[in-house]
Parts: sequence; C-alpha cells; structure tokens
Amino acid sequence: MTAGAPADPRPAAEIGTGTSANSRERILARIRSAVAGAPDAPITRSYRTSPEATDVIGLFAERVADYRAVVHVVDGSEAAATIRAAMARQGAVRLVVPDGLPAEWAPDDPVADDPRLTAAELDAVDGVITGCAVGIAETGTIVLDAGPGQGRRALTLVPDYHLCVVRADQIVAGVPEAVARLDPARPLTWISGPSATSDIELNRVEGVHGPRTLEVVVVR
Amino acid sequence: MSGAGTFLGMPAFPHNAAAAVQDSQLRFNLRKATHTIRGKRAAVVGELPDWAELRRAGKEIKDHTLRHLDRYLLQLEEAVTAAGGHVHWASDAKEANRIVADLVKATGETSVVKVKSMATQEIGLNEALQEEGITAYETDLAELIVQLGDDWPSHILVPAIHRNRAEIREIFQEKMAEWGRAAPEELTDEPRALAEAARLHLRERFLSTKVAVSGANFMIAETGTLVVLESEGNGRMCLTLPETLISVVGVEKLLPTWRDLEVFLQLLPRSSTGERMNPYTSTWTGATEGQEFHLVLLDNGRTDVLADEVGRQALRCIRCSACLNVCPVYERAGGHAYGSVYPGPIGAILTPQLRGTASAIDASLPYASSLCGACFEACPVAIDIPEVLVHLRGKVRHARAERLGMRAAGWIFDRPSRLARVQRLGGRLRRFVPGRLPGPLSAWTDTREIPDIPAESFRDWWNRTDGGAR
Repeated sequence: MTAGAPADPRPAAEIGTGTSANSRERILARIRSAVAGAPDAPITRSYRTSPEATDVIGLFAERVADYRAVVHVVDGSEAAATIRAAMARQGAVRLVVPDGLPAEWAPDDPVADDPRLTAAELDAVDGVITGCAVGIAETGTIVLDAGPGQGRRALTLVPDYHLCVVRADQIVAGVPEAVARLDPARPLTWISGPSATSDIELNRVEGVHGPRTLEVVVVR
Repeated sequence: MSGAGTFLGMPAFPHNAAAAVQDSQLRFNLRKATHTIRGKRAAVVGELPDWAELRRAGKEIKDHTLRHLDRYLLQLEEAVTAAGGHVHWASDAKEANRIVADLVKATGETSVVKVKSMATQEIGLNEALQEEGITAYETDLAELIVQLGDDWPSHILVPAIHRNRAEIREIFQEKMAEWGRAAPEELTDEPRALAEAARLHLRERFLSTKVAVSGANFMIAETGTLVVLESEGNGRMCLTLPETLISVVGVEKLLPTWRDLEVFLQLLPRSSTGERMNPYTSTWTGATEGQEFHLVLLDNGRTDVLADEVGRQALRCIRCSACLNVCPVYERAGGHAYGSVYPGPIGAILTPQLRGTASAIDASLPYASSLCGACFEACPVAIDIPEVLVHLRGKVRHARAERLGMRAAGWIFDRPSRLARVQRLGGRLRRFVPGRLPGPLSAWTDTREIPDIPAESFRDWWNRTDGGAR
C-alpha cells in the first residue's frame, strides 16, 4: 500500500518544538487579544448532584438490561454459583482473571495476565471476568479504573465475553456522584452495555469491536 | 480552515441542494434517519427533570472556559506534561499535519489506525499522511464505509447516513480487499452481517498496528485528562493497544475541572445518539499503561472565531449533531450540500467563520437556513444559531445589484413622503409590472412571487375615506 517512510532521526519529544514553540506564543497572544474586555462568565450549577432514587440497585439492573446486556441480582452467598452458571451457559471455559479479583468469584482454571498476555492471546481466550469501580443507576453504566480485580484496559476489550461483578455498595444514583468518586489520574473505561453501532441505516447492531456479550452480576 | 482542500471548489449551497433534493433515495434515508434519532433524543432528554439546568451549566462552563482559554490551555499543558505526555501547538492545518507526520515517522511505522475525529478531517490529515507515505486506516464503521467508498462524510455522528445497506454491501465487496482482509464471499446486506464483516476486516489491524491517531471530545485543564466517547469499541482498540497515541484536538475542546464532566457526560450522549449513555467512554491522563502520548493542540481559525463577539458562541459546540437531526433544510439537502466536514446548522455558522467567506460555497452557507430556530432549541449548549446566521449574513459581501437595490429601498423608506410618491407611481403603473424581473433582479423572482400592487396604498385610502367613515 505505501512506500516506506524514512524514520525521523529526532526523538519524538523534540518534534514540533521549534515552530510549535512559536505557534504556542502566537495562539496564546491571539486568544488574549480576542477575549480582551469580554465580561467574565459565571457558572450556575442548579442541576441535580444526587438524584433521588429509592431503589438504586433495581434501577441499575433495569437500565443495564435496557442495553441488551444480561443482568443478575443475587445475594453474596449465591454469587459464585451464578458466575459458574453464566460461564456454562456461555460455553466459556478459559477466562482471564485480573489480579485482586475475590477468590470466590474466580473460575477453577483462571488465565492470569502475568506475564502480560499479548493481544493475540487475549483474542484467543473465551472471555474475561472483572469487578468494577463504580456503577451508575440512572444510565446503567459500569466504570472500570484498572484497580484491583479489573486489570489493564485491554483485558475487557479484546475478549468476546465480559462478565462483570458489581457490588451493591459500588452503585450510585447518578453521573455527578460517579464523577466525584472516580480518580482522573487512573485510566477509566465507562461501559454501558455491549459494544454497538447504528451506522447502517440506524439499525442498532450489538457487538462490533468490543465484547459482543456483556453479562453483569450485581451482588447485594 | 486551510489544509482540507475538500470542498473549496464547490458551487454554492442552493446549487448543491437543488441537486440533492432530486435524489429520492437520499431523501428517504435522511428522513428516516433524522426522524429516528430525533425521537430517541426527545425521549431520553425528557427523562431528566433538570435538563434545562444542565443545559445552562453546559453553556456557562463553555463560555467561562473560552473567556479564560489562554490560562486553561497553559494549565492543561502543564498537567499533560507532568503525566508524561508531550504537548505540541499547531497554528493551522499544515502545521498540525506536519507535526503528526513527523511523529509517525519517528516511530518508523508506515501506517496508523484512526479513531473517528472531526478535527483530523477538518485539516485533511489522511491525505497529508498519504503524501508522506503513511496510510491512515479509519476504524469507525461509518468512516470505514466513507473511506472505502472514496466518499465524503455527510453527518457529524453517522457519516454514512446517505448510504443504504445495499450500497454498503457493494462497497465492502468491491473495496475491502484493496485495504486489507476481503469481505466474506457470501456477504448479505443485513446490518449484523455488515458489522461482522467490518469486525473481521479490522481485527488483525487493531492487534498489530503500533501507532494510533485520535481526536477528543473533552480535555480537562485541571488534571490533563482526555475523554473520548464512542459506541463500537474501535476507539478503545486505538486508544489502548498501540504503543504510540497522537491526539489532535481543537483548542476549544477544554473544560476547566474534572467535575465539569458530570454535566457534559449527561448532555452529550443524550443529545447525540439519543442514549442515556454511549456504550464506551475512555479517559486517560498523559502517558498511560506504558504508552507514548502526544497531544497536538489545534487553532486553525478558532482564534478568529473567538474574536467575533456574536460568532464566538459557535466554539461552545460539542459536536453532538442534534441540530442536524431537527433541521428541515438538512433533512432535505443532506450533508454534502454544505461543502464542509461540518454540515447542517452548526456547519452553516462554523465553516464560514473558520474558512472565511471568500468562496462561493462559504459565502452561501449563512443563507442555508430558514431561520426556524429548531436547532437553537435542540442545542445542549444553547448556541443561538439563528442569531449567528443573521450576524454572518450581514458580513457576507452581497451582489452589486442587491447592494444597489437595498440602498435605493433605504432611501425611499427613509422619508414617508418619498414612500408615498413611489407607492402612487407603482399603483398607476401596476399593469406594466412583469411576472419576472429582468437581469440581475431575476434572482429575486426566481424564488418569489412579485406581490400584487394595489391601486391605492392603505395610507392614501385612509386619508381619502377617513378610515372608512366616508
């Protein structure tokens, strides 16, 4: 397809530092003259910061299911059995298990990400099982922050099946509470249902490049 | 808006629109698509009791950011650098393309995968990289359809909205093999089968490509965090698997604080796809999980827009496309008629400001609207698009005949006595007024009826009959 491009001999960090430095000053100067004398714009925050929700767990389960994900709400004592039954239904045997996942949730024959699995190895496993950082009831969203039991971002992306366990105390009512709980320094992935596209005549098709099946177990 | 030589030779909007409305397939596709998204959006916006308050906060946060843009850009630069990323500044398209090409060359690679990005389309990055011997592979399904079909995007959110399933199947079967893995022999035109073909076509590329190029929906000045919203997972593939990530982002995409996301992660998905939340949102701060990260901050005309007191509100735009989906003009003319990567109402105010109004297409854009105001109502950051359209109409250079006609009209309306004299003359000569005006004035009568001229003006009648009493 392409002719070979000669490698630029400079280290990447230095690229653009010559003209770019001039552009930096030019852009900043243009901004300053453009807004000079403009009035300050105060910000009013009269929107809801903690929505009233009587049954956040029920709402969360309902909203996740709306995205055509499979949802189970179970007591702690049933979690392990629910996970095993889900794997059997999916026909998933080899699941990647990130560091820090509670032992009772882990399958008998876990695939560890140590040494780091290559993308091709991830592509070949049956799926992945993780915990999460936060669940949002109003939008049916799960947020992963690469913390314990979640692993790096590629683990929940390349395999075709993602089984996610959400503890009831991780579920908040709305988006503002979730943003407040999360640490921006960590890489975050917000997941709302399986991957989807509506690019062809606006017909929603689940399962494009991310996992085609998302299964969620909410543990009370 | 230099660099994208995209549509600059295009004829003006009315010409393009006149051709587009003859295409019944296009009109059918557009009507179906815009009405579907419109309905979904209304439903999920109606779910939130505080939509008006969120919209107000969104508008004010953006206005505040633009007012202090210099300060917030410096804060962002510091935070990204502290987190191990590299920040580059680009005044225009040419410079941005140069920086990206050099960064790719420094890795020794000759191909990149791309996340759907308006900014890189605006600067014509794919074409610029091609000239340097670097192939850019689009990975969003619709962008892939557009790229394989050697076509232009026609919608901000669903760029291939003008293509139906049969056309897409044809494009995949004819073109996929040239770009990589061929389409399956037995490919049907079922959306599910087409999406599967795209998954297979791109899978190998995702797992092996070393460099990715993205845009961003938001940048957080306080923390140096970048945010990308998407649906398919191609964005996550590009953002997480390659060793080097280069993000090209317009300077107006800033938000001051992490907390501000609580507003925009509610406004954008609901306005854009009509979902409570889009399937995937990724946030990352600087160099993440061992990646090398470069941020290219792009001006390319944005500071010109910022200098216009009325027009600067266009920089609040979060590229949701809600205005396209409610616009009666867009629904009939389609995206290509606007001659820019930014179609629809937002394109009609953004393009002439970014590119200027020297070309026929750009000078016609402020008129590509009936000023009905549906776009203003739908906009999640309350951009008063009709106000900016009218403002830009005043700035466009008008035809000589129009300028003379307006000056003459101004002179007549200036004094009641002059107006009365002209009205009496018109009344006496009304039998000689043609149905169509001659010469340059024909532009007026091509699209309008000449009103019937009465024998007597209302004012004369009132004076003659004392208001009908005599």
